[in-house]
Amino acid sequence: MTPEEQKEFERRRKSRNLVVAGTLLFFVMLFYAITIVRIGDG
Amino acid sequence: MASTAPQTGTAMPAEWRDFFTLTKPRVMTLVIFTAICGVLAAPGSIHPVLGFTAILAIAMGAGGSAVLNMWWEADIDAGMKRTMNRPLPGGRMQREDARDFGIFLSGVSVLLMGVAIGWLAAALLLLAIIYYAVIYTMWLKPRTPQNIVIGGGAGAFPPLIGWVAVTGEVTAMPILLFAIIFFWTPPHFWALALFVEADYAKVGIPMMPVVAGEKPTRRQIWWYTVLLAPIAIAPWVIGGTSWLYGMTAVTLSLLFAWLAWPVGSRMRAAEGDKMLPEKKLFKFSIYYLFALFAALVADRVAAYQGWIA
Repeated sequence: MTPEEQKEFERRRKSRNLVVAGTLLFFVMLFYAITIVRIGDG
Repeated sequence: MASTAPQTGTAMPAEWRDFFTLTKPRVMTLVIFTAICGVLAAPGSIHPVLGFTAILAIAMGAGGSAVLNMWWEADIDAGMKRTMNRPLPGGRMQREDARDFGIFLSGVSVLLMGVAIGWLAAALLLLAIIYYAVIYTMWLKPRTPQNIVIGGGAGAFPPLIGWVAVTGEVTAMPILLFAIIFFWTPPHFWALALFVEADYAKVGIPMMPVVAGEKPTRRQIWWYTVLLAPIAIAPWVIGGTSWLYGMTAVTLSLLFAWLAWPVGSRMRAAEGDKMLPEKKLFKFSIYYLFALFAALVADRVAAYQGWIA
């Protein structure tokens, strides 16, 4: 892997990791909200 | 599965945007819109958080099955101008990654729907995913010129599932919403297929214009448009909506017929024809669906608020 490819590799990996982290965080909050709402129902 | 697409050499991770592209975001706007309409038009209420979750689950299911569709059809897509730059035929992504992403997204969407909303809506979502990814994409699309009619069934699920997420039961109204999109799809898509015909012929997908010829396709566009009208008006007739939706449906149906007639009655288009009536019909068909569902929601919201009977 050339240095340029290495750089591109790391850029892509980083951006993908950020998207995954954001998605996970979003689902944590969503499930918290769902839980609160459904407990409120019962 | 051997890949025919050019590889980038080393295992360069795919851009996350390419994963997003696999979910067919443009198709998803219509899915999300009709699903929201199903949720809003259904009688009864749903907590906004749960309503949002139901829409999200439907969108994820649609995305997951779209990914599986693109995974399965990568070779076909590579042969058509319209689709050759999709992430898989473009060689920007590993096929197995697309397959796994599609299965994961589909699975999570069904579980999310089941846990947060209910298992009837989840079962319908699973059915919709299997219907699109397996029955349509893998089995019937390459085998029958009625593939678009069958594919329309997949696109028809979102408002039905959205409705059932609220009410928890399948009644006449959500089935009518399903039927509207089901009968709307053939004239909508065949209008498009008429002006991109050459591409489908090349990759061996038996699209109606390719197999049956242009004239029968035009006739069928017309007849599906005629069939669609009473179904679009039916929610009003059975008392599911007021005149507000009814009048809109009548007007839109007349407009649709007005534009479908020149397409349906035309003989074969001459070589080099600009296909303007077909393009016009295709464009209108999109506005038609948006307007019809928007009218349904406006009608129901007005009724629940007590503004109209």
